[in-house]
Amino acid sequence: MAVETPVSAGTAIPAGRVARGGRVRRGTKGWLFILPFLLVFVAFLVAPLVYAGYLSLWTKGLATGTTFAGIDNYTRAFGDPSFRKGLWFVLKFSVVVIPLQIIVALVAALLLDEITGRLAKFSRLMIFLPYAIPVVLGALMWGFLYSPTFGPIEQIASFFDVRAPFLLSQGNVYYGLLNVVTWQWSGYYMIIIYAALKGIDTSIYEAARIDGAGARQIALRVKVPMVGSALALILVFSLIGTLQFFSEPQILRPIANGSITPDFTPNIYAYELAFNYAQFNYASAISFALGFVVFVAVAIFMFITRKRGSLFT
Amino acid sequence: MNRPRHVWAKLFLLALCCYFLIPVWWVVVASTKNAEGLFSGTGALWFHGFHLFDNLHALFTFNNGEYLRWLGNSALYAFAGGLGCTVVSVLAGYGFAKFSFRGRNIVFALVLGSVMVPLTALVIPTFVMMSKVGLIDTVWAVILPSLLSPFAVYLMRVYAGASIPDELLDAARIDGAGELRTFWKVALPLMRPGVVTVALLSIVATWNNFFLPLTMLSSSKLYPLTVGIGLWEQLASSNNGGGQSLWNLIIVGSLVSIIPLVIAFLTLQKYWQGGLSVGSLK
Repeated sequence: MAVETPVSAGTAIPAGRVARGGRVRRGTKGWLFILPFLLVFVAFLVAPLVYAGYLSLWTKGLATGTTFAGIDNYTRAFGDPSFRKGLWFVLKFSVVVIPLQIIVALVAALLLDEITGRLAKFSRLMIFLPYAIPVVLGALMWGFLYSPTFGPIEQIASFFDVRAPFLLSQGNVYYGLLNVVTWQWSGYYMIIIYAALKGIDTSIYEAARIDGAGARQIALRVKVPMVGSALALILVFSLIGTLQFFSEPQILRPIANGSITPDFTPNIYAYELAFNYAQFNYASAISFALGFVVFVAVAIFMFITRKRGSLFT
Repeated sequence: MNRPRHVWAKLFLLALCCYFLIPVWWVVVASTKNAEGLFSGTGALWFHGFHLFDNLHALFTFNNGEYLRWLGNSALYAFAGGLGCTVVSVLAGYGFAKFSFRGRNIVFALVLGSVMVPLTALVIPTFVMMSKVGLIDTVWAVILPSLLSPFAVYLMRVYAGASIPDELLDAARIDGAGELRTFWKVALPLMRPGVVTVALLSIVATWNNFFLPLTMLSSSKLYPLTVGIGLWEQLASSNNGGGQSLWNLIIVGSLVSIIPLVIAFLTLQKYWQGGLSVGSLK
């Protein structure tokens, strides 16, 4: 789909009056349309970003007051076992949760594209349902289901006379969260892929069928490559989302009996530093360092997929 | 020949439906139980007595009805923030798509690059800035940052570019319509599905937001539902807010707060399902 519409290709403008004076006049008008957004953009993105960068270069001591620290906060951050532990966790988590979500979403979308009827319609809505549920509540509901006091897992296990694993314990919290995140986001990604599938010209399938391709081959060889840019979009979104993991673990913390620590993810750590220890300078450095990691991760991904017609070209 | 394969596919879909529905089913069932049924009932996934109305009554009256207050706050933030974000993004998307002006491409590249900036990284510096101008712990601290959505601008630019023919705009201009009138009468109706999609996405994003209000607000009367229920959960698990009975409130409160958006999505599905394809078709 062509996005770049050459605006100045004024073939349909007959009168010289509009064509000549119009360009300049429309020029300033264009700025007026984007002005409200630009104000918001500068106030709540550029300014905080610059300010965070500035804050992170200073350090505040009780006795010494605020002094210039240069990159000290950053060397401290990347050497800080808490930050490294959190960063390692979110990286380890992304590597599994992103493919998992995409596979669930892709398989569901391909099936829904193939099957028609009431069941398909119903399933599409049900799979999408978690997106309409706030992350906080989704995490809370799963927390209840995991709970040994009133969740079903424990009851089912006791029926079979075994002890159920507590999915928020030290050893299992990774899997517990994996399930929560997959549940929460797969449906949204499924809808994006599904919409892309619906946009494909069906005569291509016809051609593939004449060439002797079966349904499975059409799905894997024709459909999947054609929704490549939708997959790339999803991947970038889930990468950005997972690296700044915050709400789910934060909500499950009170009921996780200590297995979700104050340095569980970099974002939780930054929040703790800022609001429980008032270390805004160091917290800004942590946020900035995390932002940098996200940016690098996304840039690497874009670089790898650049040749296959990536997202933002 | 195709029959058996589709049977498996349908069974698989049913299994997926069950998986995605289980937590919701559990909340519905648990909302009808009293504390005794919740903690010592026979099955977590089946009914045990019917106390839904007692629970609702308790929910809306607990602590002078603070739940209703939070519900109202959530609605306020979602509408003011979400609709504001939609207006700002639609205008900008249209401006980027349909006007040529100096610096357009570089500004748009900046906006696009900013999609990759993790928004939570901005929360702490935004907090410090807001506290300098005295906006901390006011509704503005939640609403104003919610107006920003570079992705919505990107979506609207793509949508405006694809759905509005230049000829139509030129015709309106030749007929003497001003730019605002052209936008309102010609462009906006053509962009409607895209606008609805962006509105839904940004309302959902604001309604669901947790990190931003958690940091910006300190008085509980300004909390949205997400932060309020989080507060109850903390009280309940540290057992100094009424212990067992509070869990009932949290559960029925969760049920009530997921209903508005579920209804919105079900009734508007025609729009968002069409509109979402725009961002990915490219």
